[in-house]
Amino acid sequence: MKKQVIGGNKTRAFLIVKMFFLIVLLLAYMVPFFLILINSFKRKATVIKEPLVLIDPKGITFENFINAFKQMNYPLAFLNSLIISVISVTFIIIFAAMAAYVFVRTKWAASKFFFALMIASMVVPFQVLMIPLVSIYGSSLGMLNSKSSLIFFYLGFGMNLAVFMYHGFIKSSVPISLEEAAKLDGCTKFQTFFLVVLPLLKSITSTMIVLDVLWIWNDFLLPSLVLGKKELYTLPLSTYSFYGTYSNDLGKIMAGLVMTVLPVIALYLFLQKHIISGIVSGAVKS
Amino acid sequence: MNEKTLAAKTKTFLMFAGPAVFVFIAVLIVPLVYGVYLTFTSWDGISNNKPFVGLNNYIEVFKDKEFWNSLVLTLKYVAVSVVFINLIAFILAFLVTSGIKGQNFLRAGFFTPNLIGGVVLGFIWRFVFARALVSFGTAFDIDIFSTSWLSDPQKAFWAMIIVTTWQYSGYMMLIYIAGLMGVPKDLTEAASIDGATGFQATRHVVLPMMVPSFVICLFLSITRCFMVYDLNLSLTEGGPFAATRMVAMHVYKKAFEAKQYGTGQAEALILFIIVAIIGITQIYLGKRKEVEA
Repeated sequence: MKKQVIGGNKTRAFLIVKMFFLIVLLLAYMVPFFLILINSFKRKATVIKEPLVLIDPKGITFENFINAFKQMNYPLAFLNSLIISVISVTFIIIFAAMAAYVFVRTKWAASKFFFALMIASMVVPFQVLMIPLVSIYGSSLGMLNSKSSLIFFYLGFGMNLAVFMYHGFIKSSVPISLEEAAKLDGCTKFQTFFLVVLPLLKSITSTMIVLDVLWIWNDFLLPSLVLGKKELYTLPLSTYSFYGTYSNDLGKIMAGLVMTVLPVIALYLFLQKHIISGIVSGAVKS
Repeated sequence: MNEKTLAAKTKTFLMFAGPAVFVFIAVLIVPLVYGVYLTFTSWDGISNNKPFVGLNNYIEVFKDKEFWNSLVLTLKYVAVSVVFINLIAFILAFLVTSGIKGQNFLRAGFFTPNLIGGVVLGFIWRFVFARALVSFGTAFDIDIFSTSWLSDPQKAFWAMIIVTTWQYSGYMMLIYIAGLMGVPKDLTEAASIDGATGFQATRHVVLPMMVPSFVICLFLSITRCFMVYDLNLSLTEGGPFAATRMVAMHVYKKAFEAKQYGTGQAEALILFIIVAIIGITQIYLGKRKEVEA
């Protein structure tokens, strides 16, 4: 993004003061993460007696990580989170882009009606839907306790925002002339969509991936209602249950938290620009 | 797409929008409608029959003191958090865009808490409040930190506010930065040529242009704070003595722990209506203040 200066006073001294202030503030923002990190390498007793000491006087230990890794069932929970996020996001994107395409390119009553319904539904919070959802899919249909049901729910809950975003993008930035040309070349409607339109949606797709992956990867309430079995737990669920079981063994808890946070932070270091711009365009458009 | 017959239109529509519309109806619309029906029954969560009880659940809601207490508490929490979040977010955005070096780095840094789910953030801060600050307070004889904030009803409420502000201020900052970048440069330049000081230019030129950003940020922070659950669960568990039990947690407990699904759903619906009214009023008032460049 281009740098732009807003406001008046731009003397050097003033800039340095501002810079200093911001850096101190940023360090303060990071203190909680830092505390978790240093304590994850300490022994249980040291964490309780000396939570602020940088390094355990008896030397650093990796014991916490080894134990937490096993007891959280970390690889399985990680894999569950990964499978659920990747499949949900893939289908949200394909289905939403297809629906938005037909909503933009036709003036049919059904297109108008369902688009309006989806926009209106964006104000409905999850808490209003969770009880009937459990009632219908749990006690009536017996569909809980499965990853595919959870993915199905994510498709439903993620659809309105995704359709809205694709709708706006296709309407403003996809020229209809390309589709007409493809049609003259003998493409079917599906071919036109997948070969001509979809590749043009790259930038909005990366925005949607960022928004939906962060949402699904970190979501707690919905999976806690759907997944009751330990072997199905996603990372947030296994962190929660791990905390409940071992809340006295603080070193181990710290290691567990570090391992939960780490994958996201690592990804953030590489994709920082994409993630930030995705969040901004997502928020500003909706 | 120039299908002539109804059959051809239906086929194209279903081919493209069918899957999206199906999951949307199955997961969002059906539960929404069914949820309204549930408020007229006294379902216990297990049995297959859901006895019809008319308006009984709504009468129950009005008698449910805990619900109203948690609603008032949530209103306080929302009001304080929203002010802090937006104030800090705006100041951050203003400073970050004021021509200093490392703009992108600072922006990314302040945003970090938003990458992590509320449950994990709550656990991290639980350690900070219950262990780290207590150790700090005892070591340096600072009275306010010498006992855990989470075991004092008043301080636990403020702990919620602090973590919420920490969590969302970086996110709202991004939106304010986008807004500040969007203020046309010639406007601020014209103001300074006309003799406006930096503060005057900000107050009378930049702020009015920023109204859309304020509307978005207020809406997002109000709705998110109203529905807080994850953070509430992991940071304070609603305690001590239910002193920080926000309304979303109350609804959860009513339905899934006390097994009063009908009453719980009625409370959820009332909560939704309250949030919708506040959100829409806020947007409406904000839109009236918008100005054109």
